[in-house]
Amino acid sequence: MSTFFTVLILLFIVVAIWQIVKIYDLTQVSTPTDDSQIANDKDNRINGNLMLGFLIFIYAITIICFIRYGDFPLMSNSASAHGPKIDNLMVVSMALIFFVQTITQFFLYYFAYKYKGQKGNKAFFYSDNHKLEFIWTIIPAITLTCLITYGLVTWSDIMNLDQDEDPMVIELYAQQFNWKARYSGDDNALGKSNVRLIDIDRANILGVDEFDPNSQDDVITTELHLPVGRPILFKMRSQDVLHSAYMPHFRAQMNCVPGMITQFGFTPTVTTDEMRKTPEMIEKVININNIRAEKSKDLIAKGEEGLDPYEFDYLLLCNKICGKSHYNMQMKIIVETQEEFDNWMKQQTKFKNSLIAQN
Amino acid sequence: MSEYIEFDPKEDHGHHHKETFITKYIFSQDHKMIAKQYLITGVLFMGVIGILMSLLMRLQIAWPEEPNIIFEFLLGKWAPDGVMDADIYLALVTMHGTIMVFFVLTAGLSGTFSNLLIPLQIGARDMASGFLNMVSFWLFFVSTVIMVISIFVEAGPAAAGWTIYPPLSALEFAQGGSGLGMTLWLVSMAIFIASSLLGSLNYIVTVINLRTKGMTLMRMPLTIWAFFVTAIIGVISFPVLLSAALLLIMDRSFGTSFFLSDIFIQGEVLHYQGGSPVLFEHLFWFLGHPEVYIVLLPALGIASEVISTNSRKPIFGYKAMVLSILAIAFLSTIVWGHHMFISGMNPFLGSVFTFTTLLIAIPSAVKAFNYITTLWKGNIQFNPAMLFSIGFVSTFITGGLTGIILGDSALDINLHDTYFVVAHFHLVMGISALYGLFAGVYHWFPRLFNRMLNKNLGYIHFWVTAICAYGVFFPMHFIGMAGLPRRYYTNSNFPLFDDLADTNQIITVFAIIGGLIQIVFLYNFIHSMFYGKKSEQNPWNSNTLEWTASMEHIHGNWKGKIPEVHRWPYDYSKPGYDEDFVPQHKPLKKGETEY
Repeated sequence: MSTFFTVLILLFIVVAIWQIVKIYDLTQVSTPTDDSQIANDKDNRINGNLMLGFLIFIYAITIICFIRYGDFPLMSNSASAHGPKIDNLMVVSMALIFFVQTITQFFLYYFAYKYKGQKGNKAFFYSDNHKLEFIWTIIPAITLTCLITYGLVTWSDIMNLDQDEDPMVIELYAQQFNWKARYSGDDNALGKSNVRLIDIDRANILGVDEFDPNSQDDVITTELHLPVGRPILFKMRSQDVLHSAYMPHFRAQMNCVPGMITQFGFTPTVTTDEMRKTPEMIEKVININNIRAEKSKDLIAKGEEGLDPYEFDYLLLCNKICGKSHYNMQMKIIVETQEEFDNWMKQQTKFKNSLIAQN
Repeated sequence: MSEYIEFDPKEDHGHHHKETFITKYIFSQDHKMIAKQYLITGVLFMGVIGILMSLLMRLQIAWPEEPNIIFEFLLGKWAPDGVMDADIYLALVTMHGTIMVFFVLTAGLSGTFSNLLIPLQIGARDMASGFLNMVSFWLFFVSTVIMVISIFVEAGPAAAGWTIYPPLSALEFAQGGSGLGMTLWLVSMAIFIASSLLGSLNYIVTVINLRTKGMTLMRMPLTIWAFFVTAIIGVISFPVLLSAALLLIMDRSFGTSFFLSDIFIQGEVLHYQGGSPVLFEHLFWFLGHPEVYIVLLPALGIASEVISTNSRKPIFGYKAMVLSILAIAFLSTIVWGHHMFISGMNPFLGSVFTFTTLLIAIPSAVKAFNYITTLWKGNIQFNPAMLFSIGFVSTFITGGLTGIILGDSALDINLHDTYFVVAHFHLVMGISALYGLFAGVYHWFPRLFNRMLNKNLGYIHFWVTAICAYGVFFPMHFIGMAGLPRRYYTNSNFPLFDDLADTNQIITVFAIIGGLIQIVFLYNFIHSMFYGKKSEQNPWNSNTLEWTASMEHIHGNWKGKIPEVHRWPYDYSKPGYDEDFVPQHKPLKKGETEY
């Protein structure tokens, strides 16, 4: 029944808009002065002024957005060694486009306002000026050359991993709809693997080759623990469809592609505890908890369970459409001191011990 | 250069056809009627579906937990008790993208205005092949019907995103929509591509061969340049998508392994070995990126024409405009890799694509500056088409500038597939191209239907749309910079993003208002088609040839001889003339230089 009423109401809204427009349309006919439907001086004046108003609207929405969102911790508080490089490049690029946006929108709407048409006026016949065009070809060209160079230096810095640093190798393994991590153990070498070796009955869920000496001490976990300050090289695999390992706080992302191994490396620099204690994060968490408390009240009033309070944790998100539960494919990342990491690692089961023997 | 075909008036075959209802309105070979068919099927029909889908998505993102009666009614079994199913959300994402990009903004925009304007503006009686033109439209119609049918299949329509990356799109177990829904999607797109190719070849041949006497290449209106180059890009890149679609069909149905390898799903290992999903990404984006310009260039052409006419000034830097169209077209075919920086492709390739991508900013900047200079010291007539063209330049700049960020591979690492991307491409190709489309409809409605659209409704339509477009997409950049991934059915599993929920609600409110205001346009369109004020021969005092053609519906456009062209199309407010426009067919005065 309620469906029926909603549909009826929706229909009424559409009909109402239609009718209002029609009435408006009819009232126009009764003013016989000018019904040519071509802009006259009055239209030009009104719309010219609105152009100026719209310029102010664009500036206003820009300022509001910057004030409201400009201090998202995700834009400034990176937690990896290369993060500040990306953030700096971002700030430089943002400043540049903000500048160009402000100037060009100003000229566009200001000229539209200033040169609004009037009967009897004649436009200035001005079809070409090679000097002017040369200037505004060459200036963007130079600016972009600088930006491209800066960007490419940053990019090759991030993507070309320095093998001398002896990074710790960790495999990120994606499947619909969860993540697993495989640590390479004391030998820092991952055992060979292929999805064809997956044997659910023996709990070999990642298809690791059990006869490869390197795989014996591998450790498979459902939480990603990283020691702070240690370079990490992630090897990514997927068993079914494309996924993307997105770690926004570390400014890191790479697709996981079935049939091939992709990689991305970074060095975490801020432990989870330290990040929780930064002033920006404290403020953000308080804000989020206020929102959640508010929501909980509504839920409890409806007789449902309230929401748990939020505590900050780094996250690994799936960022490539991968099916029904794509929106909930995540893994907690914990950055800790080497000591804490070693303790945690000791409690984990090695691959060779995790297999279920079969007779 | 000045090839031309002279028509003997005696040979004029325009009036001799006996037209029945079917040959006039259904299987018409007349380019003006085909343009109307594209407008109604591609823009009005598919446009309404596409926008409606986006509103459903926005409602879901803003109020994810609350049961919504609209869902219950519109989605039926996909929204039990009014709560949207996660699969259908992805299906909406996919179908909205497919419909808007291909059906509304490729076929709808190019199909309508290339068909209407190419023969009329270059002075031809019709397209080079009227028959192929008709076939092209009816293939498009068939693909539309198949795509719409696919929405109603049992397991749901295609839901792997409009980019249909395998293996998600290739494996039936991976997702409900990857069964019959995806098959229909692929069939529909294959037919669509055939239609698009026939259309494009026709446009190219017509522009090259059928220009009237005196219509040299450098006297062509910028609309024609844009449509011509668009058609060339289409012919170069669409076949690659066709090949990708065919290979995907082979993988899906015949067990080949072009895109698939080493897959374990639903407890079993599949036989595929040796293929690569990255190969599909390359093939897809080899079309996918030029596609952006297939959508955008016609809008640029339309805006050039409308801005010049309504500023009563020549377009500034005509040659630079032509060159930048050519430059954009060339560069557009070598930048596809910027969609794949983090796909697992070699990082060195990423550097190359960053370089070529940022180069596109140069011709784009030239275009934007030239538009702004065209307004300078003009006598601007704010007809609705002009408003939409200025809005076009504005969103083209706003959306284009963020491309500098996304094209930079190092920054793309953190912004790839976030809402920042959604905001960027909606502004630069979605809203901009729609504005170009609206500008075209308002400007050439008199030529299509011999009637005028109501200008005051046009003003309301523009201003509300303009405010909503910025209201929707400007804040979206910021939630993207906060790291919110796109294509999430709900964000409530991530308390981290809880503080973005109210922004999402504001965006949805703007989206709903912006969507509903299009009813004003629909009303204006349908009402004016039948009851609008009768238009004059040349209502906007324009220079181009289409305004000299016969206002009666005749096959052949001009009753007598085709006018001969003596000058470029932008002689507005030229000194030495009393009128502020000098049509292209007026001979030069003695001693007058062309431009």
